Amino acid sequence: MARNLNMRIWRGNATDGGLENVVVEANEGEVVLDVIHRVQATQMGDLAVRWNCKAGKCGSCSMEINGRPRLACMTQISSFAEEETITVTPLRAFPVIKDLVTDVSFNYRKAMEVPAYAHPTNLAPGEARMEQVDVERSQEFRKCIECFLCQDTCHVIRDHEENKKSFAGPRFFIRIAELDMHPLDTLRNRKQTAQTEHGLGMCNITKCCSEVCPEHIRITDNAIIPMKERVVDVKYDPLAWLGSKIFKREGIV
Amino acid sequence: MTSIERHEYDVIVIGAGGAGLRAAVEAREANLRVAIICKSLFGKAHTVMAEGGAAASMGNVNEKDNWQVHFRDTMRGGKFLNHYRMAELHAKESPDRIWELETWGALFDRTKEGKISQRNFGGHEYPRLAHVGDRTGLELIRTMQQKIVALQQEDGKKFGSMEANIKVFAELTVTEILKEQGQIAGVYGYWRESGAEVLFEAPTVIIATGGVGKTFKITSNSWEGTGDGHALALKAGANLVDMEFLQFHPTGMVWPPSVRGILVTESVRGEGGVLTNDKYADNEAEADRWYLDQDNNRRPPELLPRDEVARAINSEVKAGRGTEHGGVFLDVSKRLSAEVIKKRLPSMWHQFFELAGVDITKEAMEVGPTCHYVMGGVEVEPDTAAAVGVPGLFAAGEVAGGMHGSNRLGGNSLSDLLVFGRRAGIGASEYAKKANRIPVRESSIKAASERIEAPFSRVGGENSYSLHAELQEITHNLVGIVRTGAELKEAIERIAEIRKRSANVSVSGGRHFNPGFHLAFDLDNMLLVAESTAKSAILREESRGGHTRDDFPGMNSKWRQINHISSFDGSKVNVRAQALPAIPKELYDLFDVHELEKYLTADEIAKGGSK
Ligand SMILES: Cc1cc2nc3c(=O)[nH]c(=O)nc-3n(C[C@H](O)[C@H](O)[C@H](O)COP(=O)(O)OP(=O)(O)OC[C@H]3O[C@@H](n4cnc5c(N)ncnc54)[C@H](O)[C@@H]3O)c2cc1C
Repeated sequence: MARNLNMRIWRGNATDGGLENVVVEANEGEVVLDVIHRVQATQMGDLAVRWNCKAGKCGSCSMEINGRPRLACMTQISSFAEEETITVTPLRAFPVIKDLVTDVSFNYRKAMEVPAYAHPTNLAPGEARMEQVDVERSQEFRKCIECFLCQDTCHVIRDHEENKKSFAGPRFFIRIAELDMHPLDTLRNRKQTAQTEHGLGMCNITKCCSEVCPEHIRITDNAIIPMKERVVDVKYDPLAWLGSKIFKREGIV
Repeated sequence: MTSIERHEYDVIVIGAGGAGLRAAVEAREANLRVAIICKSLFGKAHTVMAEGGAAASMGNVNEKDNWQVHFRDTMRGGKFLNHYRMAELHAKESPDRIWELETWGALFDRTKEGKISQRNFGGHEYPRLAHVGDRTGLELIRTMQQKIVALQQEDGKKFGSMEANIKVFAELTVTEILKEQGQIAGVYGYWRESGAEVLFEAPTVIIATGGVGKTFKITSNSWEGTGDGHALALKAGANLVDMEFLQFHPTGMVWPPSVRGILVTESVRGEGGVLTNDKYADNEAEADRWYLDQDNNRRPPELLPRDEVARAINSEVKAGRGTEHGGVFLDVSKRLSAEVIKKRLPSMWHQFFELAGVDITKEAMEVGPTCHYVMGGVEVEPDTAAAVGVPGLFAAGEVAGGMHGSNRLGGNSLSDLLVFGRRAGIGASEYAKKANRIPVRESSIKAASERIEAPFSRVGGENSYSLHAELQEITHNLVGIVRTGAELKEAIERIAEIRKRSANVSVSGGRHFNPGFHLAFDLDNMLLVAESTAKSAILREESRGGHTRDDFPGMNSKWRQINHISSFDGSKVNVRAQALPAIPKELYDLFDVHELEKYLTADEIAKGGSK
């Protein structure tokens, strides 16, 4: 059951651009990325859009659909009313390259600032033993497909370019939390540096990041809040401070 | 040339999937300067989509498992057309490669004893696939991506620049591998974002560009799977081996049309999914028992090798026993509770719920074959991954041929990426340290540059989107899962016609992030791949693994002794037969001679392996 769909697509580049109206055929079961591809193949051969897996696994086709940060490959046309116009725009927190493609290099720079995993020097390959329950906490964060929707929606950077320098963003808070909860990681003080170097303190827990996460990672509840709480403990509690010096490493719980 | 961007490196890795990243780590650890080039953003390569797991005989779940058993399974799966040495190295080294990932921070699912858990997969005798739910590829990519960042941080401390020794050039397409005086001198390409051209000079290039799925209409591959590395290698004078073998995965989604081809992981069957409308499913009681006690029960038909399941589904559908949309039903809801399904197959649940509106904890999935993996690829020296015939060129991962013979077992690709990615890194490093560097001549640069400009200089020519669609129609209908000599002949002619027309592709718009322009280059690669596949397929007059001839239905031991080697003469692909290396005695002796009789000729059996 094909029908005609009204769309508004943002077209332009770093300096200039605007919404263009198109009418495009949509078929049963299609997602927004399908109709964008149809526009590309039939009406706008040079329409720029990123995509890869088309199954919600790679996090490439991030954009804003009717103002909401989403993956185009996981947004069903049928989730909109028949007469509704679908408006697609590039991620707002990042500079536009062209049309729906933005420059997300900010995120890769931030990734390089998080200190890497540190394996115990006395543990040879194959010797590690870990309980499933213990790996699961970090595994939740390792589900992240790096679509950067959480980064896009985060108020700290969305409307405040000046904050980008000192704020890593939700994606990298879960990366730090993941390493912090990793049963084998030996690097200490990850939470403290989250606060002092990656801007954890700037987050005011509005949970927008958790809401847009296509992997349903509980970014705020399971990573940010526990880290914030422990940072406070560690900062003011001399016993916890002493504990962190005595035990091999401090976990989050 | 005026002012193109130029770089100089020791090793260039084309591709940032599992194979490319593993190779890059190795080359950097050998203290060389490495460039990683990829078409997508860093971390998005095809490997990210792999679900089920990585095969390695760690013996964590069944201690009877070892490299010999894995080797046997791999050879059987490939119907003995595998390069024995690759299968041997792969089986021996994959456990170390998995454990190594753990030292880089990977978190695999665990057994009760706290070891890496392993799951069953088609064709593997014991539970063998290390996994993380059904997102194992993501774990692999992310671990290596983060390992590269770790190395960059080391360099930052030492040299003051994180990108001193290893740099990722993301969203850059390589259009040419450059040679001077018969050896590798660099690569040429363009930034996808700006269309600006870039020259890389280096004595070694590792091709790790993945597969060719986009040549076909129904595929589990993303837009990146356009066979670029296969075509780049051919054009650089390397060979492709056995390009007739393509794996059609038995279970792709079939409905709704927009998701057609997207993969339903084989772990669905590994975890107990039942294929109905399928002639094997007649002894469910034993099949049910097998999931609990694998030593005393026979495995269910759902876990036969992929080619067999795919053909079974194909013939069921052709016989009119398929579903309304031309598939069959796959059901996990019968054997597993909703809770277990969501835990073990979370992304499958997600995928069906969000894309097809199907709740797999309650209902069956509708599935059918999809073009998934190419067994054929660049002919390499097994130990070093050096491309035969081109000094300085290496290839690893899906783009390399030989390892999987005529059919790949599930899980054997991720481990292949690690084992041969590393070996390619070592091979290239050793070569680079000794190589004398030959600068790329200005005339070579000019030629490469003119090729990039060409589609812009034409007006009113062919549209690359429609040529691509026509090619996909031909491959799907004439070079697909079941082939005949007559159809292949037609395919070869029609591919040649499209190739002629593609020389006249014109592109609208500018160079700035222009997908129409990008596709013009991908199309050229896909056409060469399709030509090589069709020409190899028409020669092989038997059915084996991922090559089924309706006019030659049986497997023939004489054909097992033959590899098909594709080469490119500048205008067309030529295919010739080449003898497969004979299996040495110590590997030969791992098999029961009665089993070997199925595959080898009487002469070979009489010899009992070489040497
Ligand atoms: C849905 C799905 C599920 C799978 N599940 C499993 C599984 O469970 N277990 C298993 O073992 N295997 C699985 N496979 C197969 C396996 O994932 C692939 O074979 C493997 O990931 C290929 O890895 P690679 O490193 O060779 O290349 P890829 O991961 O495909 O990466 C290719 C790289 O090359 C780059 N590239 C290509 N052309 C160019 C160019 N011209 N210029 C610059 N860069 C270029 C790309 O950008 C990309 O970075 C699955 C495949 C699919 C599609």
